[in-house]
Amino acid sequence: MVAALEIVHLHKMFGALKATDDLNLDVVEGELHAVIGPNGAGKTTLISQLSGQAAATSGEIRFFGENIARLSMPQRVRRGIVRSFQITSLCREFSALTNVALAVQARAGHSFRFLRNAQNDSRFTGPAMNALDQVGLAHRADVEAGHLAHGEQRQLELAIALAAEPKLLLLDEPMAGMGADESHRVVDLLRELKRRYTIVLVEHDMDAVFALADRISVLVYGHCIATGTPEEIRRDPAVRNAYLGEDAADAGSP
Amino acid sequence: MLKKLLSLPIKHRLLILAGVAPLALLLAFAPFVFEVLEQPFYLRVASRILVFALAASSLNLVLGFGGMVSLGHAAFVGIGSYVVAILAWHASNEVPLSLGPFVIAGTTDGLVAWPVAILAAMLSACIIGAISLRTSGLYFIMITLAFAQMIYYYAVSLQQYGGDDGMRMRGRSILPGLDLSNRTTFYYFALASLALCLIFLFCLARSRFGLVISGIRQNETRMRALGIEPYPYQLTCFTISGAIAGFAGVLMVNLDSFVSPADLSMARSSELIAMILIGGVGSLWGPLLGAGFYILGQLGLGTLTTYWPLFFGPALIVIVLFARRGLVGLFVPGRS
Amino acid sequence: MLPILLEQTLNGLQLGVTLFLLASGLTLVLGIMRLVNLAHGSLYMVGAYVAFTVQPATGSFLLALFAAVIATAILGAVLERFLFEKLYSRGYLEQVIVSFGLIMFLDELVRVVWGPLPLPAAIPDMFEWSIELLPGLLYPSYRLVIIAAGLVVSILLYFLVTHTKLGMMVRAGASDRRMISALGINIRDLYTAVFAGGAALAALAGTMAGPIYSVQIGMGEAILVQSLITIVIGGIGSIRGTAIAAVLVGITDTLGRVFLPPGISQIAIYVFMTIVLVWRPRGLVPAHA
Repeated sequence: MVAALEIVHLHKMFGALKATDDLNLDVVEGELHAVIGPNGAGKTTLISQLSGQAAATSGEIRFFGENIARLSMPQRVRRGIVRSFQITSLCREFSALTNVALAVQARAGHSFRFLRNAQNDSRFTGPAMNALDQVGLAHRADVEAGHLAHGEQRQLELAIALAAEPKLLLLDEPMAGMGADESHRVVDLLRELKRRYTIVLVEHDMDAVFALADRISVLVYGHCIATGTPEEIRRDPAVRNAYLGEDAADAGSP
Repeated sequence: MLKKLLSLPIKHRLLILAGVAPLALLLAFAPFVFEVLEQPFYLRVASRILVFALAASSLNLVLGFGGMVSLGHAAFVGIGSYVVAILAWHASNEVPLSLGPFVIAGTTDGLVAWPVAILAAMLSACIIGAISLRTSGLYFIMITLAFAQMIYYYAVSLQQYGGDDGMRMRGRSILPGLDLSNRTTFYYFALASLALCLIFLFCLARSRFGLVISGIRQNETRMRALGIEPYPYQLTCFTISGAIAGFAGVLMVNLDSFVSPADLSMARSSELIAMILIGGVGSLWGPLLGAGFYILGQLGLGTLTTYWPLFFGPALIVIVLFARRGLVGLFVPGRS
Repeated sequence: MLPILLEQTLNGLQLGVTLFLLASGLTLVLGIMRLVNLAHGSLYMVGAYVAFTVQPATGSFLLALFAAVIATAILGAVLERFLFEKLYSRGYLEQVIVSFGLIMFLDELVRVVWGPLPLPAAIPDMFEWSIELLPGLLYPSYRLVIIAAGLVVSILLYFLVTHTKLGMMVRAGASDRRMISALGINIRDLYTAVFAGGAALAALAGTMAGPIYSVQIGMGEAILVQSLITIVIGGIGSIRGTAIAAVLVGITDTLGRVFLPPGISQIAIYVFMTIVLVWRPRGLVPAHA
């Protein structure tokens, strides 16, 4: 199998704090690779470095062989690396549909078109509607994003990521703040998306992670202490020691 | 916008109609009304409102739609005015104008002078935007202000063109088939220009470009995460706005037959912002309503007292503090 | 050549000191309260008018200076408490227009009270003499006094902000409002104090610079723009950056007017600002907040 993503000796410093500490990680094409770790392990920082929102201090990020560590976020998106945000990030005045249609529009090339109405352009709204349908939000397409309920905004966040036609999908806690029903729907959706996309998933919901992931990497203090199948991770003594033991006490918190 | 309008409850639709219809009628028949009342002065005031509405609309594009708080927009308006006036000065004094290695003749021909003026404003906006948009927030505000001041002081230093006192234009620009020196013709020309501009902005706001610009204002990180680099879009928006501002300047110098550094001062830029804020930021009609309110308010207070700024200044403050969505907010129901 | 250069450099330094007094208050208000107060120049004007009303009446420059500083500080505190406080939660746009309305009001008020003509402002008698700095170069002592006074105030201010509890609170307030409130410090009074302090410095600048430039309506606007350029070059919120930038801007502007051809001389500081910002978009000394 091809390595879609290779992370080599990645470092990220915030002043004296090592947020990412000599991280090495491979993600194989088509797999769902979960990244877990206690709070402050540097999971979101990792997603930010992969997506290009934050610059790595040193190290390489190879995407199908190309080092993308110095590229801007838009440049990486154009190569197919798309992220969702842990804290919902939407255009609140636009309808749900327009939010997703913008993602389609961005994929379709530049937007230096000044006169034609884009809001009813089916080249954009069609695929956008599909993406909304996939996450189960089609019936709320015309509602302003700012008026959607919290869980719905999380679903919209996912629809936008899907509409951007990613090769590599970076999901930062897609289920954060969702109710049980919505979480179930997202788990089902991710199961569907598996194989179609290469996915890096950061998630606190351990049931979901162990049910979905092909492989899991465990981050502690910005360093990867273990990578393996869910079974291997469950048995790994270092992981049990550093993380799962703590998780038993931590499981109830969001 | 129409769709939004139709989706509103009937009561609000009537309210909007009640506000817009008389306004539209007034705009269309203003020359006749003032002719009958034998008040040509007020036709001039009406033309002035239209021209300022055009200038404020150009600023509204970057400020209201694009969220770029430019504090130096009067500079682009002033550049448009100065180019037309300078070309006319060289024509009437029969002195060629030398620009470095180039020597050109002056002209009062609108078909030549106007495009040059608009191009000059557009080019300035492009250069100033290219530098200013590297920054954001407070820095952007300050830098646009500083550039406008730079152009202001440059205009002051132009002794040949009146320096601080400004320069007079002997006649209005000459256009084929249109006599702009006729005040009714000028009024309708300004009205048509504003209407075209608003239609253009209306289309722009719904276009791919407009969605991106509005998206950048709402959430720049989101747009980057969609693969959209904001800079080229913002710069294009700024440049288009500069061109429209330049055109407003062309009309302004033709209306007043006069231009001075005050026309590109910080005070003028603030006035344009005030108009937008009074009318309603980011709304299509806001600049027109705001320009009308501002100019008529100043005029009305001016007839009551010579110390009108003593009252107009605080009035501005009160409006900003309490009418959050501007005059448009009175007609169109807000979001919660 | 050398005498002119020395003389103009000193003039530039004197402008720089004046700019620093204005810009330091402005940069703290901008950096800490996130408030764009374009009416800061009007406080400079009000200070000068108060001073040169009191001076002829009492014959004392020091008394005039004192009156100007106190009166303007009170005006600043009142404006902050009753007007600007309501604008902290609002956008820059609204702040710009409120200060524009305030400039309009204060300019007209000065016109009503003092009339449209410039106010005569004389150099205090005790400094009506010159020093021979170089053979043939007589330099007015008053300008040297301004430079010295400005330097003393700058050093005091720097010490106040970096080494005292008040300064610590000011800097902490910039990074976390709630934290400082939680510590039991009244953020409201703190902000009022910062604003009043900025107003006092503006009045000090206006009074000292009055006899050199001119005490007239609109005197605040030109120097306000120069102060804004200063804080942008220095880095918004940074006292140290503002100090460095004030000297650079003062000297660039003054030397530019002497040695550059007209048309270019007026825009020298803008070109300077552009170069700095292309090189460092957040100013020479970016503040952490």
